[in-house]
Amino acid sequence: MKSLSRLGAIIKKEVRQLRRDRLTFGMVFGLPVIQILLFGYAINTDVRHLRTAVANQADTHLSREFIANIGATQVVNIIDEVSTPEELESLLRRGEISIGILIPADFDRRVLDGTRSAVQLLLDGSDPTVLSVASQLRNVPIQYSPAAGTGNRATAIETRPYYNPERRTPVNIVPGLMGVILMMTMMLFTAVAIVRERERGNLELLINTPVSSAELMIGKVTPYIAIGLLQLALILGVGQLLFDVPVRGSIMDLYIAGIAFIAAKLALGLLISTAVHTQFQAMQMTVFILMPSILLSGFMFPFDGMPAVAQFIGEILPTTHFIRLTRGIMLRDAPLAELTTDFYYLVGFTLVAMTIAALRFTKRLD
Amino acid sequence: MSSEYAIEARGLSKHFGSLKAVNQLDLKVPRGQIYGFLGPNGSGKSTTIRMLCGLLTPTEGTATVLDTEVPGDSRDLKPKIGYMTQKFSLFGDMTVFENLQFISEIYSYPKSGRIGRIDELLEKYDLTQQRRQMAGTMSGGQKQRLALACAVLHGPDLLLLDEPTSAVDPQSRRDFWSNLFRLAERGTTILVSTHYMDEAERCHRLAILDRGIKVADGTPRDLQASTGMRVIEVIADDPYAAQAVIHDLAEVASVTQLGVRLRVLIPEHHDNALQIVERALSAAGVDAQSSLSSATLEDVFVAVTMGPEERIA
Ligand SMILES: Nc1ncnc2c1ncn2[C@@H]1O[C@H](COP(=O)(O)OP(=O)(O)OP(=O)(O)O)[C@@H](O)[C@H]1O
Ligand SMILES: [Mg+2]
Repeated sequence: MKSLSRLGAIIKKEVRQLRRDRLTFGMVFGLPVIQILLFGYAINTDVRHLRTAVANQADTHLSREFIANIGATQVVNIIDEVSTPEELESLLRRGEISIGILIPADFDRRVLDGTRSAVQLLLDGSDPTVLSVASQLRNVPIQYSPAAGTGNRATAIETRPYYNPERRTPVNIVPGLMGVILMMTMMLFTAVAIVRERERGNLELLINTPVSSAELMIGKVTPYIAIGLLQLALILGVGQLLFDVPVRGSIMDLYIAGIAFIAAKLALGLLISTAVHTQFQAMQMTVFILMPSILLSGFMFPFDGMPAVAQFIGEILPTTHFIRLTRGIMLRDAPLAELTTDFYYLVGFTLVAMTIAALRFTKRLD
Repeated sequence: MSSEYAIEARGLSKHFGSLKAVNQLDLKVPRGQIYGFLGPNGSGKSTTIRMLCGLLTPTEGTATVLDTEVPGDSRDLKPKIGYMTQKFSLFGDMTVFENLQFISEIYSYPKSGRIGRIDELLEKYDLTQQRRQMAGTMSGGQKQRLALACAVLHGPDLLLLDEPTSAVDPQSRRDFWSNLFRLAERGTTILVSTHYMDEAERCHRLAILDRGIKVADGTPRDLQASTGMRVIEVIADDPYAAQAVIHDLAEVASVTQLGVRLRVLIPEHHDNALQIVERALSAAGVDAQSSLSSATLEDVFVAVTMGPEERIA
């Protein structure tokens, strides 16, 4: 009973202080919105309208049709027609185009023949996005109409993306972004929570009161669980409103997964707070964990493509597991019950981190 | 059975690396008394107080604080102690009232009496005007009054006050001390560290610390009676010249200037102390009147905290 009222006192104090800290309070809501806008609009891996020039040395019906097909993909924007490969090269070098398409004079024969490549793509290799586009262009069909059936090798490779057929970036980004944004705010707030009171001298007073370590820890993180859930709702709302990001699975499951992840991050933040001596060190530690969480969690790069060491580190990070949960629930309509491994990992992580934090925080100054 | 002492420390030591911040401290603080802790900067006052309330683990030694062993499980001790830190440790971004309210909740003060208790303290510590002011924006003395109000809110048996009046004006300091006496009358034991001699004189007993070592303890009267020094007061038109002359005397332990007066300490085994000073002054042609005086606490403090290089064997 006394313990509950002490816990209540700590929570009330935290909320009060947070409300008065205008900047932090603004960040709680501003950060998610700004991040989602940034990631949603700026980081767009759909590449479109790359400046392109064509040197059509064949100038046959087939070659003109091919160029029209390429233009129809909207991946390229044909801004120039030249006659020689040398001209294409010079345009590339000057940075006026990203892609040069060279159609040799014997284009039709090459298409029919099928042993030599019919078209040459000259690519600006200094830009990694351009390289990835080449694979999309390779799928553009070259059909020798009306005689169908022969020389149709390009269309033989067909890709059919599941879950995000339009290949819209926000749909892929938002579930992961939820993890990244929650991680940033939750971890940072709690990482400085204890150490700030240590720096201000409040801790010397607090640890001389009957408040126990556990009460102090739990009291400090509880308000942030509510804030984390608010942020989650905010990200989902903005994602749906602006980018039409679907939630195909149960919204309830999503929030339960969210609570588990928020708790894990808060516990980790507290652990940091007990290990450092200044707020500046707390920030550094947070960034130290932030970077791998962004890079190795599958948010930026596909998890399966990473080397074993990176995968191992990724598996330890709670963000990895949360992103798997959100992608599963939001995009694949998977029930939480089918994603238990990731969910239990988050719960286990929270318990372990919280216990270590409470043990480390010994109510002493030395 | 509770002991007659609120605090009993035995060989309490705290080392920070090679620095012996507190060195083999023995201390007996009787219940219901105001016990002063006097000592220059860095002499280990705060460190001792922190060890007594369980904030720091002693390197050596133990203490019994309100029948609880230190170091040890101090959970039962916390509600019985009120601690006022040297540095302001309340929440600057909360109002005076909110701070007091928080403390009352943390100490589980009976809900029905909370508001009444807070109002009573605001009144007693002259903070009624500041009730809605953010604690961080208050003046130094106001902060200290708030800190004391918070320390006594739950009615502790033992108050540990670390330089509670360092920023308080003389009038408020008198009020502050009359509050302390009232608390002591009701049975609260108070351990208070200070730099002020007038405050030290008001304590029932006091201990003087120097570089982590307790160099004297007892009632102010006992301490004044047993300095081992003769005190000579010199009044001179040119105190600087007089000081220069006296300082060079081999027998003199220390000279302290207080305005036009000089207080000269000479160890007791020189029985013609007054003549030594008078002779030296007239030989140097300095016009001055010298007389034997009784030791004040300030003299005691100077005598016992002199470095070994100043001390005369
Ligand atoms: N955490 C610490 N680490 C290292 N040294 C310390 C630590 N705390 C105190 N000290 C040192 O121990 C000595 C005693 O410090 P303490 O704070 O107890 O002095 P004090 O008597 O309270 O001084 P003041 O009157 O200035 O408050 C000082 O030399 C101080 O530098
Ligand atoms: Mg001190």
